[in-house]
Amino acid sequence: MKTLKIIGLLVLVLSMGAFSEKTVVEDAGYGIGDIATDFSLKNIDGSMVSLSDYKDAKGFLVIFTCNTCPYAVAYEDRIIGLDEKYKKQGVPVIAINPNNPSAKPGDSFEAMKKRASEKGFTFPYLLDEGQKVYPQYGATRTPHIYLLEKTASGNVVKYIGAIDDNYQDASKVEEKFVENAVDAMLAGKEIKVATTKAIGCTIKV
Amino acid sequence: MPRFILIVSLSVFLMVGCGSKEKKTVEENTAVLAEAATSSENPEVSFPVYNFEGFEPLLHKDDDKTYIVNFWATWCKPCIEELPYFEQVGAEQKDNNVEVILVSLDMPSMWKSRLEPFVEKKGLKSKVVILDDPKQNDWIPKVAEEWGGGIPATLIYNKDSRGFYEQGFTYEELNTELNKFLK
Repeated sequence: MKTLKIIGLLVLVLSMGAFSEKTVVEDAGYGIGDIATDFSLKNIDGSMVSLSDYKDAKGFLVIFTCNTCPYAVAYEDRIIGLDEKYKKQGVPVIAINPNNPSAKPGDSFEAMKKRASEKGFTFPYLLDEGQKVYPQYGATRTPHIYLLEKTASGNVVKYIGAIDDNYQDASKVEEKFVENAVDAMLAGKEIKVATTKAIGCTIKV
Repeated sequence: MPRFILIVSLSVFLMVGCGSKEKKTVEENTAVLAEAATSSENPEVSFPVYNFEGFEPLLHKDDDKTYIVNFWATWCKPCIEELPYFEQVGAEQKDNNVEVILVSLDMPSMWKSRLEPFVEKKGLKSKVVILDDPKQNDWIPKVAEEWGGGIPATLIYNKDSRGFYEQGFTYEELNTELNKFLK
C-alpha cells in the first residue's frame, strides 16, 4: 500500500514537472496590465539594485540585454539614448543580463563591467544571477524591453517588445515603439502599440 | 555522432539536394539584387537575398512537396547545433518530396564575413536564403501568428497543413514532426 502511494506520488510529481516545463515554454511571463515583480540583483559596481530603490521614479524601462548578441549590440547606443532622455523624466533604464555566464562566457560579470565602461553606460547593468528574474517577466530574447508604470498597487507592465522598427539603422527608424509608449504613459494616454515582436538572441541558460 | 559525420560526408560526396532549381545564383547577382531590392553593399553574396515580400512565396508553395523552413543565424548557438539534423533529414527525405530551406537572419555585415564561410565550412547542402527585412514586427506574425521572434524557429508545411515551432529540434523530434506531414 505504501509502495503504491509512493509510486502514485512519484507519477504525480513527474507529471507536474512535465506540465510546468511545458507552460514555461509556452505562455509564462507577463502580459500588459500585469504587476511586475521587483528584484534585487547585483550591479556592475557591486551594489544591489531593486526597483524600490527608485523612490521618485514614475516608471522603468527594464531591458533584458547582453554583451554578446549582435542585436543587443546594435541597440546599445539607442539604449543609452533612452536612459538619457527618460531618466530625467522619471523613467530610468534598468538593464539586466539574463544569460548564464557559464553558457556564454562573453556575458560574465567581468565582461559586463568591461562593456559598460567601454560604452559609458549611464544606467545599472545587472546580472540575473541564477537566472530567476527573466522567466518571471517572460523575456525570451535579447534585447527585450518591458516598460513599467509605478502605481500604488505596484509596477504595472505597459509595453513589451522591441525598441523600434529598424535594428540595422537608427536613422531609418519609422516607428519608435518604446519612446511612443513612454511618452503616452507619461501623458496619461493610451499606448497604441503595446506589444511588438522582433528577432533576438535566445537567452542562454 | 560518427554516424552523422558519415552521412554528411556521404551527402557531400553525392551532392544531394543542391538546389538546382535555384534561379537566383551568384552569376546573376546583379539582376537578382535589383529585383529583390536589397542592400547594394553586398553585391557578390552567394545566396539569394529577400525582403519579406520577396520571401513570402517560399512560405506558400502549392506543389506536392513538404517544406521545412528553418530560421537561423550564424550567431545563434542553438541554431547551429540543430543544423546537422536538418541537413540529415533533408538528405534522407529528399525522395519523399521533402525540401529543407535554411533562412539566414544574419545581418548584412555578416553575410560575407561569417555566413558564406560558415556554409562552405560545414558543406551545407540545403538551400540557403537570406531574409533581410528590418520591419520585423510586421513580418514575424506573417510567418506565424504565435511566433515571438526567438530563433531557432521552424515552419513545416505542405499544401494541406502547416505547423510552426519556436524551439530547437533533435533529429528524432524533427522526424516525428515531419512524419505528421508525410502520407
